[in-house]
Amino acid sequence: MSTFNLKINNKTHTVEVADDTPLLWVLRDHLNLVGTKYGCGIGQCGACSVHVDGNVTRSCLLPVSVAKDMDITTIEGLSENGDHPVQQAWKDIDVPQCGYCQAGQIMTASSFLKNNPNPSREDIRNAMHGNICRCASYNSIEEAVKVAAEKMS
Amino acid sequence: MESSNNKIAFSRRSFLKTSALASGGMLIGFNLFNACKENVEMPIDLSTLNYNDFNAFIKISPEGKVTIFAPNPEIGQGVKTSMPMLIAEELDVLWEDVYVVQAPLDTENYKRQLAGGSQSLRLGWEPLRQTGASAKQMLVNAAAAKWGVDASECTAKQGVITNAKGETLGYGDVVLEAAQLEVPEEVTLKDPKDFTIIGQNTSNVDIDKIVTGKPLFGLDYKEEGMVYASVLRPPAFGQLLESFDATEAKAMPGVIDVITIGEKARDYLENHAKDDNYNSWTAQLSKSDKVVVIAKTTWEAINAKKALKATWKDDSTLESTELHDEKLLALLDGTNFKTERKDGNVKKAFAQADKVLERTYESPFLPHNTLEPMNFFASVTADKVRLVGPVQTPEPAANVVSKMLGRDIKQVSVEMTRMGGGFGRRLYGDFVYEAAEISNAIQKPVKMVSSREDDMSTGVYRPAIKYRIAASIKDGKLTGYHLKEAAVNVNMYGLIPNFFPAAAIKNYQVDTANYQSNITTGAWRAPYTNFLASAEQSFFDELAEELGVDRVQLHMDLLENVKKNPEPNIKYSPERLQGVIKLVVEKSNYGKPSEDGVYQGLAVYYCHNTHVAEVADIVMTNGEPIVKKVTCAVDCGIVINPLGALNQIKGGILDGIGHTMYSDFVFDNGVPQSNNFNSYQLIRMGQTPQVDVHFVKNDIAPTGLGEPTLPPIGGAVANAIYKATGQRLTKQPYMNNLQAEEVVS
Repeated sequence: MSTFNLKINNKTHTVEVADDTPLLWVLRDHLNLVGTKYGCGIGQCGACSVHVDGNVTRSCLLPVSVAKDMDITTIEGLSENGDHPVQQAWKDIDVPQCGYCQAGQIMTASSFLKNNPNPSREDIRNAMHGNICRCASYNSIEEAVKVAAEKMS
Repeated sequence: MESSNNKIAFSRRSFLKTSALASGGMLIGFNLFNACKENVEMPIDLSTLNYNDFNAFIKISPEGKVTIFAPNPEIGQGVKTSMPMLIAEELDVLWEDVYVVQAPLDTENYKRQLAGGSQSLRLGWEPLRQTGASAKQMLVNAAAAKWGVDASECTAKQGVITNAKGETLGYGDVVLEAAQLEVPEEVTLKDPKDFTIIGQNTSNVDIDKIVTGKPLFGLDYKEEGMVYASVLRPPAFGQLLESFDATEAKAMPGVIDVITIGEKARDYLENHAKDDNYNSWTAQLSKSDKVVVIAKTTWEAINAKKALKATWKDDSTLESTELHDEKLLALLDGTNFKTERKDGNVKKAFAQADKVLERTYESPFLPHNTLEPMNFFASVTADKVRLVGPVQTPEPAANVVSKMLGRDIKQVSVEMTRMGGGFGRRLYGDFVYEAAEISNAIQKPVKMVSSREDDMSTGVYRPAIKYRIAASIKDGKLTGYHLKEAAVNVNMYGLIPNFFPAAAIKNYQVDTANYQSNITTGAWRAPYTNFLASAEQSFFDELAEELGVDRVQLHMDLLENVKKNPEPNIKYSPERLQGVIKLVVEKSNYGKPSEDGVYQGLAVYYCHNTHVAEVADIVMTNGEPIVKKVTCAVDCGIVINPLGALNQIKGGILDGIGHTMYSDFVFDNGVPQSNNFNSYQLIRMGQTPQVDVHFVKNDIAPTGLGEPTLPPIGGAVANAIYKATGQRLTKQPYMNNLQAEEVVS
């Protein structure tokens, strides 16, 4: 057990956990930030995606000891009022079915659009390929990323 | 045909009751499927809503806001949005003024509070609208009494009642008076052309919470003092726990205790299961003891479980995929069938045939893989058993738990959270029973959490199934059709033998047989038809070629036969099937020369009360078929929420493409050979086509969409791949069975 100061959504949180605890479970079990989801635990599904120093990262694979000095953003901190252009686009298109994967999809899309504000269809499909949606809402996700890009430009 | 099936005998007075709330406002309780009991009391306090006698409640506040407390579980199919739309339409309020609250469930008598079979909307269509219309009439009657005029002189629209002089009262102004009135015996429902909410694109009512990551799902549910449990179950189907060593696990951080469970579940199986009528929901209860790590956090529980050392003993045969293949093929070759439907004389037709076309189609087991793994909260105390989480069947879950723990059913409550996918998996309550048994043992509130590996390798699977379909041809005409099913554990359910092509072919027979396995199987999105449609629709494509007739024409002609010889038992409408075929052919340009390198495949199907036709367009890229586009024509009657309907239709098609092309699930000595998404393929965005959806427009009562677009797509894809490669794929997943070297350009 060690003590870690984590900078999450512009606030510092102190937790006492084992060094190898994945950031995902620190967020969910210790800090009550349950918007970040557990799907596979091996970095294959993307449900646990968060931003670490601005880049999309699988929080299930990131040990807390590595995350300690980094700037972490979760779905809860993506925007003040749930009005990030990607969140708005998700609402415009009504993307979610069960909704479980969508926080991860939104975090992936928002990081991608920051680096590529004018993506082609292929860019979008490649960027979102790592996130599984078991309800297969892929057509809507693709459309929403396009709409978000338009909102941001 | 649909509307007569939908009719449920009730009088409005007996299914709807009202009260004035102590806190102000009018409360309406209704029971959709049964008359309310004579002596039932309506609550006057929102904290005492009971769902034993009512399916749901509507509260109209003095401000005119409407809150619908609906316990129908949401698994992603949109009923939490679309069912309240039906009430709001006839109540005639602004959708913006409607709030939907997922109601907790107290157990005892609730009916049809399960999500499955795409039936929620079909069954609720009339009664939900009648409920809204009755409430509206009571509000109008109350306003008329206040004004001293006749109710027939008043109209109500968007929450406002207007009399002949043009005076107005809001719904909220008359709720207290309305609550005292008799429920009207007769109400008139709106003409569909006057709908203002039904037919409008309406967003998911939980959308704001979903996109901001609010706690909604079972896995997000927490209580003070709650601990976490990770369960070690037998690694192979057919094994039981022999012994274990928890020394190392107990020394790991956060671990509170290591216990075993299983005794209560066995007691239920031995002493109570036979009295209950839901064997199908409890078939997955294991006889084995299980080792449970109790820890302070999820990660610590899952991590410490890996340090357990257990030995297992074989209780029954450890089965492998080769064994299933052998057994199912032997059943198809044999004669030991149950005949599900028999028209004319298939034997004679085949004996007299010039030619017989016979093909065998094969499908693997499939796990559900809901993205939220199985989990449940249980808190067992001296006087209460509280269960909270994602389950599609709260009633059997509560009953089994009450018997397992020897509690009165009145002590057991089930609260349903939003579910991170269902697809059939959450019909089975094994995870509820485990959570209850664990909490009972440790006397603490506990959350049982399955890891992805647990979830995929100790599941309730879509059973492996094989079909052998044969057609007899005489003088160039189709004279007989014989379908044989060999399935693991359970065969197709009763209605399916009456689906198309039943009644279209004079000599027609459906036979079934099964092999009993120790691998747990159950419903998986569109049970049985999810593979049957692929098989039959592939067969019809080949049959048309064999007969030398156009594929579309073959279907149209067969459906013409049904129209000429109406048969009361068939479930589909030949006119509506012809309608979706015509629409899909027109919209997809099927049968016309298309772009270079695009190959099209057609499939047509009826299941879950909905008629669907689909065309898949594929291209070959580096010798691999890629589905570029799917055109889908759907006849589901009136479309209640087009936005939600499109989500269901497109999701069903893409889910179907993924599982028929890519997903495989193999057993070796009882052990599933895939346990996470690195060894099991689910469809991803780069593999998905655009889906172009067209509705047949009519005023027929609506039918569900959670399932019916999935089954035919496998057939459409296989038929397109045939055109591109010359290979008739009969075994799923297709991509494991496509011979690359035979690809034609």
